Amino acid sequence: MSFFARFAQNRGALIGLIILVAIILMALLAPVLYPESPWRMVQRPFLAPMEVEGFWLGTDTMGRNVAAGLMHGAWVSLLIGLVSTVVALAIGVPLGAVAGYYGGLIDDALMRFTEFFQTIPNFALAIVLVAIMQPSVTSIVLAIALVSWPPVARLVRAEFMSLRHREYVEAARLVGQTNRTIILRQILPNTLSPIIVLASLMVATAILLESALSFLGLGDPNVMSWGYMIGAARTVIRQAWWLSFFPGLAILLTVLALNLVGEGLDDALNPKLARERS
Amino acid sequence: MTATDTTSPGPVLSLRNLTIALPAGADRDHAVEDVSYDVARGEILCVVGESGSGKSMAANAIMGLLPKGVRPVGGRALFDGQDLLSLTEKQHRQLRGLRIGMIFQEPMTALNPLMRVGAQIAEVFEAHGRLNARERQEQALALLTEVGIPQPEKAIRAYPFQLSGGQRQRVMIAMALALEPELLIADEPTTALDVTTQAQILELIRDLQARRDMSVMFITHDFGVVAEVANRVCVMRHGRIVELGDAETVLKHPRHAYTRALIEAIPSDVIPEARGAETDTALLEVTGLNKVFRSRGGLFKPAREVHALRDVSFSLVKGETIGIVGESGSGKSTLGRCIVRLERPDSGHLSLSGTDFMHLTGEALRRERHRVQMIFQDPYASLNPRTRVGMAIAQGPIANGVARGKALARADELLELVGLGGTADRFPHEFSGGQRQRIGIARALALNPELIVADEAVSALDVSIQAQILELLEELKQKLSLSLLFITHDLRVAAQICDRIIVMQHGRIVEQGPARDVFLAPREAYTRELLDAIPGREHELADA
Amino acid sequence: MLYARLILSRLAKAVVVLFLIVIFNFFLIQMAPGDPAAILAGEAGATDEEFLRQLRERFGLDQPLHVQLWRYVSGIAMLDFGWSYRQQMPVLDLILARLPATLLLTGTAFVLSLALGIVAGSLAAARVKKPSGSLIMALALVFYATPLFWVALMAVVLFSVYLDWLPAYGMVTVGAGHTGLAMVLDVGKHLILPATTLALFFMAIYTRMTRASMLEASQQDYVKTARAKGLSPGVIQRRHILRNALLPIITLAGLQAGQMVGGAILTETVFAWPGIGRLMYEALMQRDYNLLLGIFFFSAALVIVFNIITDLVYRLADPRIKEGS
Repeated sequence: MSFFARFAQNRGALIGLIILVAIILMALLAPVLYPESPWRMVQRPFLAPMEVEGFWLGTDTMGRNVAAGLMHGAWVSLLIGLVSTVVALAIGVPLGAVAGYYGGLIDDALMRFTEFFQTIPNFALAIVLVAIMQPSVTSIVLAIALVSWPPVARLVRAEFMSLRHREYVEAARLVGQTNRTIILRQILPNTLSPIIVLASLMVATAILLESALSFLGLGDPNVMSWGYMIGAARTVIRQAWWLSFFPGLAILLTVLALNLVGEGLDDALNPKLARERS
Repeated sequence: MTATDTTSPGPVLSLRNLTIALPAGADRDHAVEDVSYDVARGEILCVVGESGSGKSMAANAIMGLLPKGVRPVGGRALFDGQDLLSLTEKQHRQLRGLRIGMIFQEPMTALNPLMRVGAQIAEVFEAHGRLNARERQEQALALLTEVGIPQPEKAIRAYPFQLSGGQRQRVMIAMALALEPELLIADEPTTALDVTTQAQILELIRDLQARRDMSVMFITHDFGVVAEVANRVCVMRHGRIVELGDAETVLKHPRHAYTRALIEAIPSDVIPEARGAETDTALLEVTGLNKVFRSRGGLFKPAREVHALRDVSFSLVKGETIGIVGESGSGKSTLGRCIVRLERPDSGHLSLSGTDFMHLTGEALRRERHRVQMIFQDPYASLNPRTRVGMAIAQGPIANGVARGKALARADELLELVGLGGTADRFPHEFSGGQRQRIGIARALALNPELIVADEAVSALDVSIQAQILELLEELKQKLSLSLLFITHDLRVAAQICDRIIVMQHGRIVEQGPARDVFLAPREAYTRELLDAIPGREHELADA
Repeated sequence: MLYARLILSRLAKAVVVLFLIVIFNFFLIQMAPGDPAAILAGEAGATDEEFLRQLRERFGLDQPLHVQLWRYVSGIAMLDFGWSYRQQMPVLDLILARLPATLLLTGTAFVLSLALGIVAGSLAAARVKKPSGSLIMALALVFYATPLFWVALMAVVLFSVYLDWLPAYGMVTVGAGHTGLAMVLDVGKHLILPATTLALFFMAIYTRMTRASMLEASQQDYVKTARAKGLSPGVIQRRHILRNALLPIITLAGLQAGQMVGGAILTETVFAWPGIGRLMYEALMQRDYNLLLGIFFFSAALVIVFNIITDLVYRLADPRIKEGS
């Protein structure tokens, strides 16, 4: 069975993929459909959805177009989610690989370091980091990456630990392959599927973290984001609940879609190799 | 209690044309097909077969414990006049444990790790509403005493992890027998155990069977075990019965070619004449080797030490095959791993054709590694699932500086040599266990090593495949004049292929000498104990 | 004896972690753009030069870095977390005053999420591949994907604004002056919305984990043994499968402690719950970095305490751990 056929067997994953593609399209089409800055005041404030043509989600407290904000926000959410995950992988994979492969004192030291980061409440750490570095896309990406790499390191370490005594790895040592070759060619390729699955879930978590940061007013002041939209509308929730409702729904759908896709990837990537033995 | 009615000699259980379907997409349609046999009162019926023969499936159907998706589609399983296949789950439950007991292969995982042993036995009474809490504990204690657990008063309060494999299997037996069932189903109950423990458990089952006049359905892959316990034998292959009959008759005069092949595949006691070594220069010299494993203690936790090797000395002459035998924990694998330098010995000497092989480290070790290679135990774990087999074999020469094209061409030749010509661009999952083991052998040969260490190289294989691999090794030995260190727990296998034998226990060498001497005239008590424990030894199997 | 030793070793570790956090905090202040004195005083922009000079002297900011570090660390060792210039109070007093509210909120949410999550997860495991089981898992996935602060806001809209069932803000009714049982009920009423919204996300996690863990446990050999004894499915589920399945959940619950603190920041902010999460938001708004870092330190300490507790519970639940003795 092909990879996609296995993936598509999970109906939820297929739905997730469709939602995700729609959101990616939203992000890509934002500058085409709403070329103006989403920060610009374009109508009178507090327009309800559908009240005025062209403003199908209404306007916010400052008369900005909510639909434009939503579409531009999609871009920011996906970007920050993706980039911070890549950065977290770049920290976690090498750390976990080295700790798991060499074991011993190196492992001890690296794992203490990882545990330290895991003990610190990660949202609080992200808040402190962004607050002190000053909010910007870069500081947000860094803060999210810094709080999300420990699970990667632990996963990769666990995989390496179980694989390094696998007989084919010992055979590779015995025929004289170098540690570098063994790590990169023998072990790493066999840990990729759980890493890919974890990464898709991390993008989702990163999007949640980003939205929570901007909700608290720690978003990049130059880019429109969903979390900011909810935070800004919070004080007027009694008058205009929809201002908070739609951006929240967008976050929910994006995160849901990524989780569904992650589960589908898990189904498609992992079971066969494991079950082959029986 | 339903005492055995001696006046009715009818069978306890009879299977009639039983057919069990496998889920769609399995490698065949039926797990068992049209199978009929009886288990008579007071007899032990052995159901024998290799993996995939469907030998356990009927037992699971009888117990109502078939895996999901597997279901009986035809025939009947009559127990005391009732067709077990037509019972509801609830009716089935009332029979399980009460009138039919069952024990399993893996004593390490078959007990709940979080419950005390006594409570797990008491549960059987509880499940069938027998006795009160205090009486259940008393019964549990009596049962533990009966199955011969040392210090039963202590064992009853123990958790499974505190018991050895053999003791856990005794607990399983105690649970299965608690309500004095008429039928005991034993599914490979000794396969996971050491040979001496296996002998004790077999004796216990035979003993209890006789004492309680119970019927036993004993599932096994090992004809040695059959010879020890069976009254009657049912040989299965691919889900069908190949041969069914009296144990004596089947073992001595097997009618079917497959049965004969299985029995012949068991290495016999006929020890081949030792070939003289080609030279007398020692290839491998091991002197006073020690290895201690230390579990690292923490700040508040004491470290623990296990002496895996104590003062081990021997030498191996070029062209010779030495067998290292011992039970689990004897240190035989550690010895092998020290010699190939996957582990580093703590002290002693280890030299290969005169060069010190023990103190090499890092890059210097990597460069010398090609001189000693290893054949591994698990054919499913010894090949990288993402590497084509030709490449898997060529990786060694490439790492040692041979050009890629040349190394791949050599890999083709080696695959040819082990009987798998033209398969270089396939992935491991396209091969069977035996074929993978051949690939592993080709990989070990690729570097033209001076010495090959084979660590339990045939233990994971079915007997008929085992025989083929041993044949291949024998052939290669002749052709390439290999020097081989053959590590195994199976003395019969060692007897077949080794010129000399080293017996190990608790990290020490107990006895070493020419294979014939060790087997036919063992000097040490432990060696004799090991030899006596081999199931089926005193029975003449087929006229070999 | 064993426990004493364990607690000792865990406390030793905790001290090391907290020490590292203190150092981390110190360097964060150094890293921040702008004058550290201004940052500590909570002034982002230009301030009275004379005031800043005094501050520098007071904090020893004119001293070499290692002296400053020593002063900072030894200060915290004496439980001196500095002064909040915005609130004109010692940071420690501010935090201690707010701590009980946070403990009440997170404690309630923790118990609620764990209990409901385990029940829902067990149900979903027992009804695997049935519509009801799938429904539980779909709901869990939705809760897992929902931003916490958004659920909180929507809960306010629905239950306070439209239905007017529950109070939306604060911990007590202002000016009611309840005492005794009336006060307990009043706080309880205020607690429902924040605790439930905070619990939802964690409930989703525990539901998913319980189900996966139970399905895994039900594949184990000992379950087959239990069936072979003739035990009823209910007993097998409870005594054999669930008990074993709970072990990884205890571990997970320990790991979730840090997330819970993060969630509390958001929940308290939305519901104006007077805990340290709300305090952190206030500190953030006022750029009161001294207070912010103090809260950060305390939240880490909370997580450590919680981890030690789950560790002890794990040891009680799994007899194999005691093997070392």
